Amino acid sequence: MTRISRRAFLATYGMAPVAGALLARRWSNATVSAREVIRERYFPNVVLRTHENKKVRFYDDLIKNKIVTINFMYAHCEGVCPRITSNLVKVQKLLVPRVGRDIFMYSITLKPEQDTPRALKQYARMHGTGPGWLFLTGNPGDIELLRRKLGFTDPDPAVDRDKGNHIGNVRYGNEALQLWGACPGLATAKSIAKSISWVDWPKGEASGS
Amino acid sequence: MMFADKVFDPRTGLLFFDLFNLDGILGDKFLVNGKIQPFFQVHPRRYRFRWLNTGPSRFLELFLTDPNNLSAHHPFWQISHDGNLLPRPLLVESVGMAVAERSDVIIDFSQLPPGSSLFIENRLEQKDGRGPTNRILPAGQGNLLLRFDVVLPPVADNSADPATITHLLDVPAAPQNIVTRGFRFDRQNGMWAINGRLMDDDCETIRFRARQNTTGNEGEIWTFVNKSGGWQHPIHPHFEEFVILTRNGQPPPSFEVGRDDVARLNFNEEILLFRRHRDFLGRYPLHCHNVLHEDHAMMLRFDIEPVGDTNPTP
Repeated sequence: MTRISRRAFLATYGMAPVAGALLARRWSNATVSAREVIRERYFPNVVLRTHENKKVRFYDDLIKNKIVTINFMYAHCEGVCPRITSNLVKVQKLLVPRVGRDIFMYSITLKPEQDTPRALKQYARMHGTGPGWLFLTGNPGDIELLRRKLGFTDPDPAVDRDKGNHIGNVRYGNEALQLWGACPGLATAKSIAKSISWVDWPKGEASGS
Repeated sequence: MMFADKVFDPRTGLLFFDLFNLDGILGDKFLVNGKIQPFFQVHPRRYRFRWLNTGPSRFLELFLTDPNNLSAHHPFWQISHDGNLLPRPLLVESVGMAVAERSDVIIDFSQLPPGSSLFIENRLEQKDGRGPTNRILPAGQGNLLLRFDVVLPPVADNSADPATITHLLDVPAAPQNIVTRGFRFDRQNGMWAINGRLMDDDCETIRFRARQNTTGNEGEIWTFVNKSGGWQHPIHPHFEEFVILTRNGQPPPSFEVGRDDVARLNFNEEILLFRRHRDFLGRYPLHCHNVLHEDHAMMLRFDIEPVGDTNPTP
């Protein structure tokens, strides 16, 4: 067999999420940019409503040019949600003063029928969340589309249907740099903040520690 | 030969890595040493190949397939598993490899008619990142990875016939002064847990201190348990190789006898293995080698220290 080229070698070993995105960019000679591919694939521009009852578009208003965290929850969850939310409250404190300035946190309800903006506002107040962290609801079809596009699904249909068993990961990313990752929402707050710092490049200021 | 399956964006033709997939990425293009479905011209003689499954997530069961005669059997020799020779060569119909597993195989092309072709075919059915269904597909219905063309002229073959080799490498005896530990690999709300705990950035949350083997007869017996409902995990502890004692209470299959460094943990399985910690002190990880699981913290840390601890469920 012929010697493998450097590119093929990198392609074979380019397994880490970050490496994949960088590769796609470096060698892109096509008309569709890698950033565009990522936007089309993962970020439908659906209309959502915040816990402040403000209408927002998912990509245009919440994702574009921002560093973000995304998780799914519902207000009356008696499983992992309360622990994850209180964990993220600590993360938000670690990332002060950047949350609301260039880092934004989003929690999307899995039960839009129950979780009205008002119910979510109450939930946010109960957990003591600060500015720059939005709780989001919307049309159930749009929410389900977002859940699927953002990869908060389980491959086992029975597990996936069970909302009490929903995915507890936190996705984080830097839209402009096309860097995306995920970490367990029940990891330590310091650990989650550090994960977010991996996409906060080149500033490297998001670790908060 | 490094086997990999990749996804390419149909519009740009560029390699695409699904950054939002947490289960396991299955590619629809099959690469060997970075080329999609290459061919390889061979002489009619024996060849020894080192095979490596680089994933990122797919499990392989590799057969040799003649496209013109799908019912024909093409056995070959397996002489190693992961980093070590087996006790003796095995004549096999297929070799299974989870991500990061390796095997050395010997294929004899002198038995094939000149001008004929043979494919390396993955016949293990896998539909998502959880793991294979464990169904073996009929010959010709799997993934064709590489084509051998027996088109080069005959040459002298001075290699030993594996059929005449009765002994390669003995299996080390189990240590007598042991510490026993158990590791349960779970999925909790999409998060990977080991013994009910999640990894953190300093690797402090799931951690234990392994004792260095100073007398030569000290070691550890580890139990890997997978009750995570349909998922399979290639578990890879760093630093030292191990010897599998049992799978679900039974001795391991013949291709798994000897020292390994990746333990393929199937659905509802319990693996018992022993290992010794020699040579160096320091910090080492143990992780699932499905790259997506590994990237999302399916991992723990152990420190090899002069004394160590006896924590049975780190």
